[in-house]
Amino acid sequence: MLATIGKRLLTVIPTLIGVVIVTFLLTRVLPGDPAVYFAGPAATPDSIAEIRKGLGLDKPLPEQFIRYVGDLAHGNFGNSLSTGRPVATEIASRLPASAELTLLGLIVSLAIAVPLGILAAVKQGSWIDHTCRVVATAGVSLPVFFTGLLLVYAFYFQLGWAPAPLGRLDAFASAPPNITGLYLIDSLVTGQFETFRSALSQLILPVVTLAIFSLAPIARMTRASMLAVLASEFVRTARASGLDTRTVIITYAFRNAMLPVVTTLGMVFSFLLGANVLVEKVFAWPGIGSYAVEALLQSDFAPVQGFVLTMAVLYVALNLVIDILYRVIDPRVRLEG
Amino acid sequence: MTDTLNAMPPVTDNAPPAPAPAEKPERNSMLRHTRYVMSENPVTGLAFALFALIALFALIGPYIVPHDPLASDTAAALQPPTWKHWFGTDQLGRDILSRVVVATRLDFIIAITSVALVFAMGGLAGIAAGYFGGWTDRIISRLSDTIMAFPLFVLAMGIVAALGNTVTNIVIATAIINFPLYVRVARAEANVRREAGFVQAARLSGNGDARILLGHILPNIMPIMMVQISLTMGYAILNAAGLSFIGLGVKPPTPEWGIMVAEGAANIISGEWWIALFPGAALMLAVFTFNLLGDGLRDLVDPQRRT
Amino acid sequence: MKRRDFLKSATALAAGTAISTPAIFSAEAQSRKETLLLVSESGPNNLDIHGVGTNRPGYEASWNCYDRLITHATKTLPDGTLSYDRDKFVPELAEDMNVGDMSVTFKLKKGAKFQDGTPVTAKDVKWSFDRAVSVGGFPVVQMKAGSLEKPEQFVAVDDNTFRVDFLKKNRLTIPDLAVIVPGIYNSGLLKSKATEKDKWALEYTKSNTAGSGAYKVTSWKPGVEVVYERNDAWIGGKLPELKKVIWRTIPSGGNRRALMERGDADISFDLPAKDFVEMKKEGKLKLVSNTIGNGMYSLELNVKNPPFNNEKVRQAIAYALPYQKIIDAAMFGHAKPLFGGPSNSVSTIDWPQATGYKTDLAMAKKLMAESGAGPIESTISFDLGDAVNSEPMAVLIQEALGQIGIKLAINKVPGANWRSEMAKKSMPMMVNFFSGWLDYPEYFFFWCYSKLNAVFNTPSYVDPAMDAFIDGAYAAAAIGDKEKYATDVKGFISKAYTDVPRVPIFQPYLNVAMQKNISGYQYWFHRQVDYRKLVKG
Repeated sequence: MLATIGKRLLTVIPTLIGVVIVTFLLTRVLPGDPAVYFAGPAATPDSIAEIRKGLGLDKPLPEQFIRYVGDLAHGNFGNSLSTGRPVATEIASRLPASAELTLLGLIVSLAIAVPLGILAAVKQGSWIDHTCRVVATAGVSLPVFFTGLLLVYAFYFQLGWAPAPLGRLDAFASAPPNITGLYLIDSLVTGQFETFRSALSQLILPVVTLAIFSLAPIARMTRASMLAVLASEFVRTARASGLDTRTVIITYAFRNAMLPVVTTLGMVFSFLLGANVLVEKVFAWPGIGSYAVEALLQSDFAPVQGFVLTMAVLYVALNLVIDILYRVIDPRVRLEG
Repeated sequence: MTDTLNAMPPVTDNAPPAPAPAEKPERNSMLRHTRYVMSENPVTGLAFALFALIALFALIGPYIVPHDPLASDTAAALQPPTWKHWFGTDQLGRDILSRVVVATRLDFIIAITSVALVFAMGGLAGIAAGYFGGWTDRIISRLSDTIMAFPLFVLAMGIVAALGNTVTNIVIATAIINFPLYVRVARAEANVRREAGFVQAARLSGNGDARILLGHILPNIMPIMMVQISLTMGYAILNAAGLSFIGLGVKPPTPEWGIMVAEGAANIISGEWWIALFPGAALMLAVFTFNLLGDGLRDLVDPQRRT
Repeated sequence: MKRRDFLKSATALAAGTAISTPAIFSAEAQSRKETLLLVSESGPNNLDIHGVGTNRPGYEASWNCYDRLITHATKTLPDGTLSYDRDKFVPELAEDMNVGDMSVTFKLKKGAKFQDGTPVTAKDVKWSFDRAVSVGGFPVVQMKAGSLEKPEQFVAVDDNTFRVDFLKKNRLTIPDLAVIVPGIYNSGLLKSKATEKDKWALEYTKSNTAGSGAYKVTSWKPGVEVVYERNDAWIGGKLPELKKVIWRTIPSGGNRRALMERGDADISFDLPAKDFVEMKKEGKLKLVSNTIGNGMYSLELNVKNPPFNNEKVRQAIAYALPYQKIIDAAMFGHAKPLFGGPSNSVSTIDWPQATGYKTDLAMAKKLMAESGAGPIESTISFDLGDAVNSEPMAVLIQEALGQIGIKLAINKVPGANWRSEMAKKSMPMMVNFFSGWLDYPEYFFFWCYSKLNAVFNTPSYVDPAMDAFIDGAYAAAAIGDKEKYATDVKGFISKAYTDVPRVPIFQPYLNVAMQKNISGYQYWFHRQVDYRKLVKG
């Protein structure tokens, strides 16, 4: 087992190297010149050159790259030029915000999409199947920022049901002590129910936005997986042996159909996490997505590199865990070497 | 956000490996099957009809619009829908109906070209990987893994920010982030077929690898690729819209749905709902159509439905 | 029911039924009353204006957390709004200012303390001024505008007396002491934070405030919020009423407006003209608007390269611009026109003032024909960060210039790259905004039209006759020769309008929305919010 994990880890290395190189090059091709940006208004060529030297941007690219890799090897992601803070700290403090939002979005989405998918599969070809398909597809057909803004308009501005889109907490609520970084959990653990309520109410709209967007793929996956299982030998056998439909669907088909769905969920999570950039922007959410976007638009190299690397490592790690889990659950699967 | 969906493995991966479809389907049985699927699934029928409509607008849109989509008329700015301007006017008094209709062509082009590009890159690379295996497979798979490990929307942003926000670069960025998906599907399908009878027959009759790949395997996996193509077309438009929202969309004053929605979205709170709503509806309809079409095509090529 | 009303009724209810709870509730209500919630599009990237690349919101933090020796008095404008008074200075940290022939001497207020309790001495002032002229970048250039260049100019005579020696006579020296840059820093504290590589402790002041100002930053989450608390020991002026200021970054403009209209935020700063005009009409909020002094939106043409090195082409453009359309559609009528004046040879020294250009297509076509330039293809650029104003302008200009045979492509430049594009001076045509802190015409011309060829001289316009006027105006102002000054100022304005490397379009307003219970807002040349005089209640 350990050997296979080790082998699997080895295959990950080229991917990570590729990510490091591509990110480095991409950030250097960005059109902005950080030296000019940071020289501020009224800069002179001299002051720009001085800042460029200070930032180490006057060195040839390979040298910059070697320095960058050296820093990475020491766990140093560098400092963000625009906020002046170490990228690692910044990402660590923002990751929980994104994680909480994405996780909850995923849970809500699952809670709706999985039953929809099962229903659609069981009633394949019926009007229920078509309705599920149309509803789920409609959710994925709107740009996510537009959905978010519409929700804010309807539920905050017009109806006043949702709280102001001010980020993770109401301006007057104070953050719970940092244990996991997930406000919902931290506030519950420390018994700050007022904070819990505030954090939860702030989460509702962005979570719904994300959930609407991820309904379709999950429903689609569930339906297909369900269909495949329902057509399989063992379900037919179970049916033939006179078990009632309910038992067959829930006990036999559902369980088996969920295996492929669950294994892809980890990946879905990792993708949503990196991708909820736009939702974060709409809801002033202090996550890593919005951090990376701001940095990218400012040609601020370090945060972009740090963000991409974090996401890549997260992605690779999640996949690894899923592979191993899959192997544990289903020994027929051979771990690819 | 579009990458999320693109990135998800196609359902065919999760299902038990499907047997290869009949190697040379008879034409009329295919037609009959199509008619059967359409009649049994009204949603797919609708999707085909909508697709035809969108294609029609893309083709003749600029010739049928009531107003010049670029002409400003500041005296008539920000008007709600009227008989003269069915969809109202924007901040510069331009007719939104005309802009929405004219934008169809550009959005259609963005969707088609990005898909064509990624099909040419990812599809072919995937087939090669699946067919040859070995080092070819390893290199292509690693490349695809590397792209996959990026947060894809941010990668698209980075590419557009670095190369400049032109239509071409938006298309390139969309194609690149979809690359792994195409590689994956094509690779899996080609892998199943590399030892298939018709491939061996072709090999025995002296065909070279290139010929087998392009002349035999590619046509054979086309139906499954079509599903993917249809789905990605929708994502391409959403992707362009997302880029517009952060300011990396097409250049003004070109009408394009995504940028119209992104810019109009700022006016929702102030009550000018029509600026974002109509292009938003058009965009939604197009993505919706492409998605349903993908589902419909899947039903068409899904062998399990052919019982 | 609004949240706030709910809170009130909850308080009332609690007061009626329970004994122990009201204290908590009313304490919270009290704290909300003394807390200001401010929302804006972006937040600071550095709390210290001396820092490398501090952005505009960062200036706001510096302004409120540090004191200067002197500041401007407040005056009430004819429309009833408050503004700083350009010509009247009042003490802040200094209690007395004595201007001599070639120096100025300040006596510091007794009892002034930094936020950590150490007293403010002339040594701190000297150290702070040395820092401002030594750290490089923007602070140095800004100090230079007032001929404040060398540490030797700054003398700590004794603990309470500080002197600035002049390098040369410059009318801008005293005003330059009241801008944001020459704030007074806690030298004892900062020296202890300094390192070999960072001898001015910029690293520390980046995320900590070390001044004697009315507020201190108690929490800063970049891109999310800044929380200020009042410094109760402040003696720079009347103690502010607000105990706490929470400044949240809300990137979406629509959401900022929603927050204001629903009463969840107290102040939204720097509104687009559209929001201002519409919200004013609705009448639910208090809206204040002031013309931005010494500032204008203009169309800037690169005179170094063809085709815009041709003066006739530039003049043709100036006659082809759809001025009124721009004001109506892009600014919703809320801007001060800078066109349609009697002549390009101006007769007053008002600045900014209208050019003699107006939309006249026949004239434009005639000038194009005279210019000898054929059909032109070029690019018009604008700053994406200012798309709200610039994009509609660019589109209208593109459409209008199409009519005189100039075909333009529109190029949106992401905000962060705008400066570097400007510095490269490669953009042939751009929509741009510039305003000078020090509200004197020669200051504007020094940045935008002089041989200095600064970043802001985007057209790369350099002309010896122009420089003679600018230098002449500076010299005349320094010795108080009003007549010569007026001649030179009229000279450079007229020349700028005739040569027209930049076509002035309008002077914009700085717009602010507040809840009706907020008062005391004042316009400042630096275009940031001063919390110190704001009152909520």
